[in-house]
Amino acid sequence: MDYYNLLTTCAFIHLLVSIPYAYSNYVENKAGQFFSSGHTNNWAVLVCTSRFWFNYRHVANTLSVYRSVKRLGIPDSHIVLMLADDMACNYRNPKPATVFSHKNMELNVYGDDVEVDYRGYEVTVENFLRVLTGRLPPSTPRSKRLLSDDRSNILIYLTGHGGNGFLKFQDSEEISNMELADAFEQMWQKRRYNELLFIIDTCQGASMYERFYSPNLMALASSQVGEDSLSHQPDLAIGVHLMDKYTFYLLEFLEEVHPASQANMNDLFKVCPQSQCVSTPGHRTDLFQRNPGSVLITDFFGSVRKVEITKDTINLTSSLKPLIQRSGSGDMQIESLTYVDQLPVAEIIHQNAIQGLSYSIMTEGTPVNF
Amino acid sequence: FRFPSPIGHISTCPSLIGQCCKTHPGSFQEELVIRPLHSGDIYASFQFRTLWDTDFLQEGQKVSHYRLFPKSLGQVLSKFSVRELHISFTQGFWRTMQWGQPFIPSPPGAELWVWFHDTVSDVDGNWKELTNVLSGIFCASLNFIDLTNTVQPSASFKPLGLGNATDHRFLRYATLPREIVCTENLTPWKKLLPCGSKAGLAVLMKSEKLFHSSFHSQAVHIRPICQQCSSKAWELRQTLNVVFDLHTSGQGKKEWSLFKMFSRTLTEACPLASSSKVYVDITDNPEGELFELSPATPLLGQAVVLGDRRTYSVYDLSRAETFGQLRSFNLLLRWKGDSGDMLRPLLHAERYVAGFGLQTGEIHTVIYNNHPYRAFPVLLMDSVPWYLQLYIHTLTVTSKSRDNKPSYIHYQPAKDRHRPHLLEMLIQLPPHSMTEVTVQFERALLKWTEYTPDPNHGFYVGSSVVSALVPSMVAMRTNFTQDQPLFSSFVPVKEESSYFVRVYTEPLLVNLPTPDFSMPYNVICLTCTVVAVGYGSFYNLLTRTFQVDEPSPPLSKRLANLIRRMRGVPLLT
Repeated sequence: MDYYNLLTTCAFIHLLVSIPYAYSNYVENKAGQFFSSGHTNNWAVLVCTSRFWFNYRHVANTLSVYRSVKRLGIPDSHIVLMLADDMACNYRNPKPATVFSHKNMELNVYGDDVEVDYRGYEVTVENFLRVLTGRLPPSTPRSKRLLSDDRSNILIYLTGHGGNGFLKFQDSEEISNMELADAFEQMWQKRRYNELLFIIDTCQGASMYERFYSPNLMALASSQVGEDSLSHQPDLAIGVHLMDKYTFYLLEFLEEVHPASQANMNDLFKVCPQSQCVSTPGHRTDLFQRNPGSVLITDFFGSVRKVEITKDTINLTSSLKPLIQRSGSGDMQIESLTYVDQLPVAEIIHQNAIQGLSYSIMTEGTPVNF
Repeated sequence: FRFPSPIGHISTCPSLIGQCCKTHPGSFQEELVIRPLHSGDIYASFQFRTLWDTDFLQEGQKVSHYRLFPKSLGQVLSKFSVRELHISFTQGFWRTMQWGQPFIPSPPGAELWVWFHDTVSDVDGNWKELTNVLSGIFCASLNFIDLTNTVQPSASFKPLGLGNATDHRFLRYATLPREIVCTENLTPWKKLLPCGSKAGLAVLMKSEKLFHSSFHSQAVHIRPICQQCSSKAWELRQTLNVVFDLHTSGQGKKEWSLFKMFSRTLTEACPLASSSKVYVDITDNPEGELFELSPATPLLGQAVVLGDRRTYSVYDLSRAETFGQLRSFNLLLRWKGDSGDMLRPLLHAERYVAGFGLQTGEIHTVIYNNHPYRAFPVLLMDSVPWYLQLYIHTLTVTSKSRDNKPSYIHYQPAKDRHRPHLLEMLIQLPPHSMTEVTVQFERALLKWTEYTPDPNHGFYVGSSVVSALVPSMVAMRTNFTQDQPLFSSFVPVKEESSYFVRVYTEPLLVNLPTPDFSMPYNVICLTCTVVAVGYGSFYNLLTRTFQVDEPSPPLSKRLANLIRRMRGVPLLT
């Protein structure tokens, strides 16, 4: 009896002691899972390639993906948004500064806080490829650059009019699937991505990912070769089709996703089956190393904030620089504090010609009498 | 700024301002001016001013502590040694004849003019980088500004800030008339304000209402100024002018309120602002017979702006009683009577293209002087792209159907693909007259890669700028002191009898001869077909040989031949 009591007491004490140990194990496992995907930052490149008012739906497509990506955490500084034409403030838009995705104007995907990096005539094949490969002129501002590194997961979304093996940019030029594949290979060789998800919503979209040959690429398209992607529904007040079918159902799917959701890529492949989309969406995962079932949606659409827990103390006190004092007299008073005459007529009339570049006719300066 | 009413008195407390300037070297003021227009439309002008006592350009000092002044602009100023920067984004065209003169004018599209410091050695290089950096800050395609649309005016655009020397080698001016303004330009503009769009007057800036208007213009003006002219400070002014149309925003009813215009009401002033005020122009409504203004305010103010003395009702948002019981301030203007005709603006300009066909044309600029007896000089600046080749020998300036010779002409001819035309003329406008400036041009053929993706839309020519010193009706104040409201103290005044005004004309849309872009494909197909047919036929003629080939005989003939062979008789052919 005593021995039995001792045994149960020992077991009980052992259990009590091991609970925190099991809990910390559990936490470490969770933390381990957290760090398993291998990327540390997320980028998104969203491109709409069509111009003119009747291509409203392509801009709405891109903006709805932009909205989802922002909602799931990717900040504007990590999104390169390229819109080939302006629909929101277009003079034909009956509700200015809005772009709707659902008919009866239910959802304004344009919103109040949007930053478009490349707009209008800047959306060209050359600029797109330069953004991807990073070969931009030195004076390009940061917001127009894709500053990814080898631990970045990049989402690339293209929409517009396309055909078998090409995508049309602004009705005047096109990008071919070989060019795109080569651009991705350049990115791989320069270690500009960790994993890349490529989504395209155009007619015959699957032809655009046929030629990829770089590792760690996953691609989705809205239709197979020989099929057209169709638009969803028109709005009679605005007068144009508002969204394409594939992106419409993709938006509906992404609205259910929240930053902590565990939805994976297999769910994304099931978005918009043929019964809803009329075209057959396709996907390509053979170049991707991980199993798509273990890839979270938020690995590409959301943003990762890695937190490293440390137990060391860090000393934060540093010597503060003294406040910048103005140097009182001296430089300030050399330049006299006066304003310039805005239209000095007499001075203008007697102005001498600038050397070499122009000539000026000087007259006596008397005003004409009437 | 005088307060004629004995009831309301706001003490500007100079001692208090001096005190706060010692501890925080900078201040922020915001104001909103509402001016009802005669056509039933309403004009709202926001002005935000940040003052900062520092010197970006001083050698050896690196400014790193930014409080009210936005860091992005501060870094731009110090990196490119900018003395003055003026950038504006406008949607719509300001209709002077219906709306009068704006407080701060701007042309349609984007306009950028910059004065660099005279220590800069490579102004063009700095200009190119500056436009790229600004295109990133404001999400606009300012990187399209290059040497083909930049000009160096020789007499217009004198600096609006402090300065002595005006060497025009350090001035650059460019406009992009095609630039679209939308929420993506407003978002970063709002983020430059100290309170952002979260408190103060900026909460009213909702893009859905602001862009559904007849005219929308947002601008940033940075220049050095002097406060009480004892010390130098940097001034950042952000202005937003918007005109709401009676029929589209007002639903046809002559009744305006802050909620109707902006779909928001004011709940508090920006806590970082030293002054936050709303002014309503009641000059045409002295006894309240034209429109009714509520909530009533005892504060009145007068200011001399654009040559006229105007009376304003003032609402001070830093006082809690302005917001009333509901803690929300919604201004209401209800029209009672019909307003008469508007006073004609003294200076007005128009521009149009005349001619027919796609080869030649004529640009006409018409400037009206509506003053009954005073003549005044105007400086007309025209910047025309190189592909409209101007014939300056056809330039004529006529007033009242007589030749009017300008007292100063500066013309810089264009260089193909390098530089646009620049034409500046100082013209004396006779009183109550119309002056017409005409010049003929020829359209150039562009290379096929130089066309935009939608060339049949046409090509834009930027607005002409007419700068003038217009005689004012009341004496202007030359003392540029602190206590004037922001909207009346933008342009420095040098003499009392006239005020400086800038008028922009319409931009022109010109069609250039556009090729058929499918022609290269057509030519290749046709040429290849011709070559294939021609060469193929020739090759066949030379190398083809003919052989006689007998057809196989039918069955009956074959049987007959078989029998004949057996009989030993000659065969049938």
